Amino acid sequence: MTSRPVDREDPDRLYIVTGGRSRVDESSIDLVSLIVSECDPAPGMQSEHVRILRMCTNPMAVVEIAAELGLPVSVVKILLCDLLDTGRITARHPTIAPAKTRLPDPAILKQVLLGLEKL
Amino acid sequence: MDLKSSDRVTSTPLRSTASNGLKIVIVGGFGVGKTTMVRSVSEIRPLSTEEVMTHAGVGIDDAGGVQDKTTTTVAFDFGRISLNDQMILYLFGAPGQQRFWFLWDRLFAGTLGAVVLVDTRRVQDSWYAIDRLEHHGMPFIVARNDFGGPAHKLEDIREALDLSPEIPLIDCDARERESSKKVLITLVNHLYALSTAAEGTT
Repeated sequence: MTSRPVDREDPDRLYIVTGGRSRVDESSIDLVSLIVSECDPAPGMQSEHVRILRMCTNPMAVVEIAAELGLPVSVVKILLCDLLDTGRITARHPTIAPAKTRLPDPAILKQVLLGLEKL
Repeated sequence: MDLKSSDRVTSTPLRSTASNGLKIVIVGGFGVGKTTMVRSVSEIRPLSTEEVMTHAGVGIDDAGGVQDKTTTTVAFDFGRISLNDQMILYLFGAPGQQRFWFLWDRLFAGTLGAVVLVDTRRVQDSWYAIDRLEHHGMPFIVARNDFGGPAHKLEDIREALDLSPEIPLIDCDARERESSKKVLITLVNHLYALSTAAEGTT
């Protein structure tokens, strides 16, 4: 809750970064979807795209990309959609369906418990 | 040009096999120890990010609308734990204030469960969070962070929070890795019990 670069950010800049789009099919990209680069940055690419491609040589969650870029999550999702549309990245989405009423699968919870106990 | 956080190389890369991100949210009032808890168990130094909420202008695409929108920023911290080769657990420390809950569905749909972190000197800070979690149908446990304050009995806290008996309520020290780990395990055990019970009835 400390730093808020966006509050001081010129809204026009966020507008330019996203090419003016304010909507994206958000249901397709989760906060913890893991993004993987499928190519190297090419000359002439938007700088944010270049940075995302460099960051995601190993899988990286959307929220970590947002933190590294210092941009709001929704802006990053729009940038990711561009790269997904052109096949430059792939996304590994969470297997848990974001349904409101459904509890997680016990088999998944078992694995979470095993992982936590090893901490 | 000021130095931006984004210019540092901070992250430890995930394994190339990582494929399934999971979420647990730690909710609590200001200064209750959310980030401390995230830090004590996270494999990375906690990072901070934000989401911008646009009022009244949602879905407006034309440039003319941009300047008329009012925006609210909600910042939150997070850390992560690699559970195994595939599963990565992300822990989010989220402010319990009102505006935050407007973003719950957008950011935290699919969350496994939540921990409500309570400071007994300010129990009332937690009422709203508990109410909202119940509203969103999000399973949770309550953990009292030990600040060395008055030693209320847990049962008194349960009463003060009007917490139903089936919801786990435990003590913790958010600075201690073992203690934070125990909080997470208590939550997941609770989820497991709920989940297997739900399977049994269907």
